[in-house]
Amino acid sequence: MLTETTERNYAESVKSRPSFSWRIVKNKGFKGLFVGATAFSLLMLLVLLTRIITQGYVYIDWDFLTSFPSRKAEEAGIFSAFIGTIWMMTVTAPVSFLIGVGTAIYLEEYTKKNWFTSLIQMNISNLAGVPSIVFGLLGLTIFVREMALGRSVLAGGLTMALLILPIIVVASQEAIRAVPGELKSASFAMGATKWQTTYRIVLPAALPGILTGNILALSRAIGETAPLIMIGALTYVAFLPEGLLSSFTVMPIQIFNWTGRPQEEFHQVAASGIIILLVMLLIMNAVAVWIRNKFQKRL
Amino acid sequence: MNEQSSPSVRERIERNTKRRGMTKLTETLMPNVFLICAIISILTTIGIIITLISETLSFFQAVSIIEFMMSSEWYPLHNDASYGIRPLLTGTLVIAFIAMCIAIPFGLASAIFLSEYASDKTRRTVKPILEVLAGVPTIVYGFFALTFVTPILQHLIPSLSIYNALSPGIVVGIMIIPMVASLSEDAMSAVPDSLRQGAFALGSTRLEVAVKVVLPAAFSGIIASFVLAVSRAIGETMIVTVAGGANPTASIDITSAVQTMTAYIVQISLGDAGYGTTEYYSIYAVGMTLFIFTLIMNLLAHFISKRFREVY
Repeated sequence: MLTETTERNYAESVKSRPSFSWRIVKNKGFKGLFVGATAFSLLMLLVLLTRIITQGYVYIDWDFLTSFPSRKAEEAGIFSAFIGTIWMMTVTAPVSFLIGVGTAIYLEEYTKKNWFTSLIQMNISNLAGVPSIVFGLLGLTIFVREMALGRSVLAGGLTMALLILPIIVVASQEAIRAVPGELKSASFAMGATKWQTTYRIVLPAALPGILTGNILALSRAIGETAPLIMIGALTYVAFLPEGLLSSFTVMPIQIFNWTGRPQEEFHQVAASGIIILLVMLLIMNAVAVWIRNKFQKRL
Repeated sequence: MNEQSSPSVRERIERNTKRRGMTKLTETLMPNVFLICAIISILTTIGIIITLISETLSFFQAVSIIEFMMSSEWYPLHNDASYGIRPLLTGTLVIAFIAMCIAIPFGLASAIFLSEYASDKTRRTVKPILEVLAGVPTIVYGFFALTFVTPILQHLIPSLSIYNALSPGIVVGIMIIPMVASLSEDAMSAVPDSLRQGAFALGSTRLEVAVKVVLPAAFSGIIASFVLAVSRAIGETMIVTVAGGANPTASIDITSAVQTMTAYIVQISLGDAGYGTTEYYSIYAVGMTLFIFTLIMNLLAHFISKRFREVY
């Protein structure tokens, strides 16, 4: 029931309200701002890519891929860094895959929620937030000094494996969690044991998701520079790694080296190196997306 | 059964027992293998902490902790070396501040657009592109800052030196826009639609729904995303190393060269500081400071999003 005063209050508050058309205008104006802000990021990406491609395309040719770094910009190539990156991946990929997927299986399949699992979970999310350079300090102390691996492919690869471990664990956990419970129940009902079910039912079903996560994590590792500078990956390498204990360089470090030189030509060489790096990342991401799209619908 | 000339019952029982033995073995073995995997992640954290603490203690045997915290000069390579963390801390915070000035408005506005305004189709196209922006290696951003952003800024501000705080600050900001946008958008998407529909039914415009209903409801998640972004900006290394310079200064002048904690660590490890020297140990003391800062930020973000989350 409305009394006279509340009616009057209502009438006043209606008068003091912003008018309807003004509210519409404001909504439109802010929408423009929000769209503009989003467009800004996309524009930045576009500018970044155009800039690098226009600067770097001059040096891109077969020689660039197959030459060692040189004091002359025209002769410089990314061969040793490219091979060094691949060497490092041969260490990082299997180590981080096994440990990461193992951790995920443990957390999702083999334990109930208790203080220990939440400790591990908390620990993993914190590790994901640790700056990469701190991982470099860890690698320098533990792998290079204490385990006396030296400034080697092995030390760098292991450091990178620890760095991307949290990403792999989280992605694998999500993939394993997405496997329908019916599949597991059916397997158990047939008399399969825990490990048989995990190995034959859960892992195959979760594999596309796990692989996607792993590839994305590896593409992160390929782009990382700081931890490997700590490890002491060299900045000027005119040879290829001969084994796991040989010294090496990787593409981001080679790019860093070129960027740091004052001559304009070397900046162009750096841009060429960046193009190669980005193409490599693009291919990996495309493969990851392809795997996800191709195998996702099966369940 | 036919492959061997019908084995006796005893043989079959034996074979089955053997197989069951193997199954039993893997059943007990595999959980332990996975447990070890899980423990490695904990060992990593312990390794980081022990490494930092023990080497930092070695550093504090040569340099007093009071000098480290109080002195406003950082000249590690001088004959009369001085180790005061403040200049490095100032450089780090200045760059993080500039970065947040870029990342918060643009990130939040993108999040509002994606969550409240954009159609499903737009969102599905824009989000992956933003992820590409987040996936570009930091050395590429460093190159971009030094060879593109700095020259442009020099046109606008003639007194800007080639190494400065402004350019890497802006580029770090651009780099973390996708992070702020995506985490804030997650928080906003988690707000139930019934709240929005309620507000629309009362005659609200989209802006009013976004600002007066969704933002308050998603506030904890949004703040947490800001805090995580600050932590990321503090730990960023390559952009500031490439474009920020190597001039530890306690003054806040964004047009001249600075040095961040991360850039100092890189500088020393690129140089030839021998193992066991004070400079060598100093990178651990700086790394420890960096670690503590980012850890506090990460825990804070975790706490905010847990503690202040509105539950619907």
